[in-house]
Amino acid sequence: MDSKEIILDVKNLNTTFISDRKEVKIVKNVSFQLKRGHALAVVGESGCGKSVTMNSIMRFLGRNAVIKADSVQYNALHDGKVTEYHLEQIEKSHGPEMRALRGPEMSMVFQDPMSSLNPVYKVGDQVAEGLLQHNKGMTKQQAKEKVLEMFKKLGIPDPEERINSYPHQFSGGMKQRVVIAIAMICNPELIICDEPTTALDVTIQAQIMELLKEMQVQDGKSIILITHNMGLVAEMADEVCVMYMGRVVEFGSLADVFDSPSHPYTRALLRSVPVLGLADGQKLETIPGATPNPADLKGGCEFAGRCEECTGACRERDIPMFEISPGHRVRCLKFKECQEVQ
Amino acid sequence: MSEKQEIIFQVKDLQTWFPITKGMFKKVVGHVKAIDGVSLEVYKGETLGIVGESGCGKSTLGKTMMMLERATGGSVMFNYGGEFKDITKFNSKEMFDFRQKVQMVFQDPYSALNPQKKIYTSFEEPLKVHGMKSESEREERMRQVLKMVNIQPDYLMRYPHEFSGGQRQRLCIARALEVMPEVLICDEPVSALDVSIQAQVLNLMKDIQKELNLTYLFIAHDLSVVQYMSDRIVVMYLGKIVEIADSHALYDEPLHPYTRALLSAIPVPDIHNTKKRQVLQGEVPSPIHKPTGCAFHNRCPNCMEICKTVDPAMVHHGAEGHQVACHLYGKDKT
Amino acid sequence: MSETATVSIKEQNKSAASSLMKKNLRKFLRNKLAVLGLVVILVILVACVAGALLGVDYSTPNPPIMRQAPSGEHIFGTDTIGRDLFARVLFGGCYSIFIGVFCAVLSSVLGAVLGAIAGYFGKWADMIIVRISEIFQAFPQLVLVMMLVAILKERSINNMLFVFVITGWMTTFRMVRNEFMSLKNETYVKVCEAFGMSRSNVMFKQILPNVMTPIIVSTTTNVAYFILQEASLSFIGLGVSDSTPTWGNILNAAKSIDVVQNQWWLWVFPGLAISLFVLAINFFGDGLRDVLDAKQQ
Repeated sequence: MDSKEIILDVKNLNTTFISDRKEVKIVKNVSFQLKRGHALAVVGESGCGKSVTMNSIMRFLGRNAVIKADSVQYNALHDGKVTEYHLEQIEKSHGPEMRALRGPEMSMVFQDPMSSLNPVYKVGDQVAEGLLQHNKGMTKQQAKEKVLEMFKKLGIPDPEERINSYPHQFSGGMKQRVVIAIAMICNPELIICDEPTTALDVTIQAQIMELLKEMQVQDGKSIILITHNMGLVAEMADEVCVMYMGRVVEFGSLADVFDSPSHPYTRALLRSVPVLGLADGQKLETIPGATPNPADLKGGCEFAGRCEECTGACRERDIPMFEISPGHRVRCLKFKECQEVQ
Repeated sequence: MSEKQEIIFQVKDLQTWFPITKGMFKKVVGHVKAIDGVSLEVYKGETLGIVGESGCGKSTLGKTMMMLERATGGSVMFNYGGEFKDITKFNSKEMFDFRQKVQMVFQDPYSALNPQKKIYTSFEEPLKVHGMKSESEREERMRQVLKMVNIQPDYLMRYPHEFSGGQRQRLCIARALEVMPEVLICDEPVSALDVSIQAQVLNLMKDIQKELNLTYLFIAHDLSVVQYMSDRIVVMYLGKIVEIADSHALYDEPLHPYTRALLSAIPVPDIHNTKKRQVLQGEVPSPIHKPTGCAFHNRCPNCMEICKTVDPAMVHHGAEGHQVACHLYGKDKT
Repeated sequence: MSETATVSIKEQNKSAASSLMKKNLRKFLRNKLAVLGLVVILVILVACVAGALLGVDYSTPNPPIMRQAPSGEHIFGTDTIGRDLFARVLFGGCYSIFIGVFCAVLSSVLGAVLGAIAGYFGKWADMIIVRISEIFQAFPQLVLVMMLVAILKERSINNMLFVFVITGWMTTFRMVRNEFMSLKNETYVKVCEAFGMSRSNVMFKQILPNVMTPIIVSTTTNVAYFILQEASLSFIGLGVSDSTPTWGNILNAAKSIDVVQNQWWLWVFPGLAISLFVLAINFFGDGLRDVLDAKQQ
């Protein structure tokens, strides 16, 4: 596949946190590709490294994080011409190169809309800021018009009035719309949404997800959705990437992962969530034990301690990825006959 | 649900309003009507699910039913071996005894255990307070409840921060069970837990209920969790009950437009699901300035003229025990 | 089952507690500055107490040897009326440290109790106590001391203690009140209420232990603050009566420009004692905060 089709290509991303002179690996050899105009869901529980992976790509991590990668390639497509950016070669995480990318090319929506907005500035100004930052010479009036347009597009009622309101005058769902407006205002190709609806009610969640889907389908944006909710994945994603303890344990198309979940963790995750309309007396499957502390992990499969199909071989060495069908990759020794891939 | 069951809780026209005060002399300028006229019955041994979005008053209802919040109107009758007493009128002595009958499990297991105290101390104190003088007797009881939640007794020596979220919630459940309550009010017991841990805790709660013949009041925002746990479900919106039904009836045949929207808003982890999503527009109004008439009318897809002015009463409709507060079903007699 | 098992639970209880102590001690010892602070505090304290117990003569004037520079016989020199300055600094230390510790502890207790009540009960109790604290805060300490001196017609250590305690509790009060206001909404407090525990039990047994760390730390720094306050009040002559030596009172002798220029030992040594002790206490307090802060554990 050429760089026109792939918007983001990550190969062997490793992120290590150093605290108290101890090194803790949080993200281990993560590789994935995102096709242009597709939505990728990154699923996993808290502490699985899904947010850290995205923050590593965006370089939002503090000084105690060491990011290493073979390649993090972002391909921008403007007027049919592809520009390749090699993010792993950019040294300064807050230097001009990285800043030029954030906003016009890729942007992020965070989990908590309450703390993503600065309470002392009007929301309109907060949205316009990114625009003024990246377009030298744009007047405030022009920026305001753009913001109004964006507010209308995102379904914020009375945009003329709301533009001059402060964040506390908005409800949670409206705040998240403003946060999305901030992310969208520079018209980025790639939007990374880090649990965008976890702090919201289900009826509001449905509104926000519909909005995101619309941006993907109508405007052709590429979306990475970080979530732990399998239901949202099923509705939103084209590709699914399941993570556990810093590793991608399964990667494939939506149909691959939902119709033939192959990693024991993926299967357990799908079956342990209550769904509507379960029969009486039907019990949920449980995953025994608790997620281990990443500092205590030894070699071998991270899931071995909680896996029912665990064998001695699972604990011996790190498990490679096996491609069980085109594009469907699983990190489990059950498939060791299949071809090993990166 | 057909045979006549014994009622353990009977709530009538319950009101919990919080005053909004202003200025130095705390003049009351308005009320947050967190619970605004709720009536329901809880049967012995059942799980009654209470579901609704944030701000609908479901947590306040749970807290009011064990008098952690003071009711401003109505009554909560509790069954003392056949004799009903109104707990809203209890004096402190009666209230203290009532605390052994009804216990609560809270949402956040991370802050439910005092971080400065060993689990042992946190477990010991309630028993001491409730008059269990001898240490061996207390430890006997602790062992008993810990066994139910599958936690080793020697873990008691540790501090809360040494436990994972799932373990903490199990400890909290065990502690609530120490005083041998009849009713356990569970306020979002799994929403702070990881998805892979939720099932453990939910199954555990079901097992314990069977073993002790407990009555659960299961409060949560996640309808799929509530439906998994409950026999009957109460749907709340803005401090009022909009629908009460058997949990299967609610899923198969939701009556209230809000319930339908809620059901349809839940994302289903099934890619072959072709159900058309019905997305509710707008937001939940503030409980300080409630809309006139039906509180839901400004978001309701079936809104009629009457909805804007007249607050619908609860009526029976369809299957036995299925009640709904909506003008669409007003023709049936109550 | 229960008999033997009971023993084992309690035994383990002890071992766990001691290991926490050890861990804290290790953590404290790793903080060099805090250990240095503790050593300095102990040295000064032991020296002062030993001096007082040995009964060195600090009060008999000896005019023939007045204003002598430090020498082998009088290592800190002698003051304006010939008293041994070293003995006076030792004795003064006893008084100064006593004033500092006594006032800090008492004002912390007062502040903590009032803060707990105001923060936990809120509403009217909170409003009244906060207003009282504001009144005290608006009242200059100096004026209060003057008033007392005027009323009682004497300058004594009791005046000082009284004034310091009633004007010094507000910082602790405000801190404890704020902590209580946020901690009373913690779930574990609700749990205790759900078990029907009494309010005093919840306040003092459940919430207070979680506020102890900042209280202890602020008490230590308050010791330093009160020692400095005493020194400045005594320096301007409103503090303890002249016959009682305190570090501030000793400095009082160095008020004239002549002394400052020519008899440096009269102000350098007591000044050094104050600075050293106050600095040491602040180092120690910082170290204590690092050790006790549960969030860092």
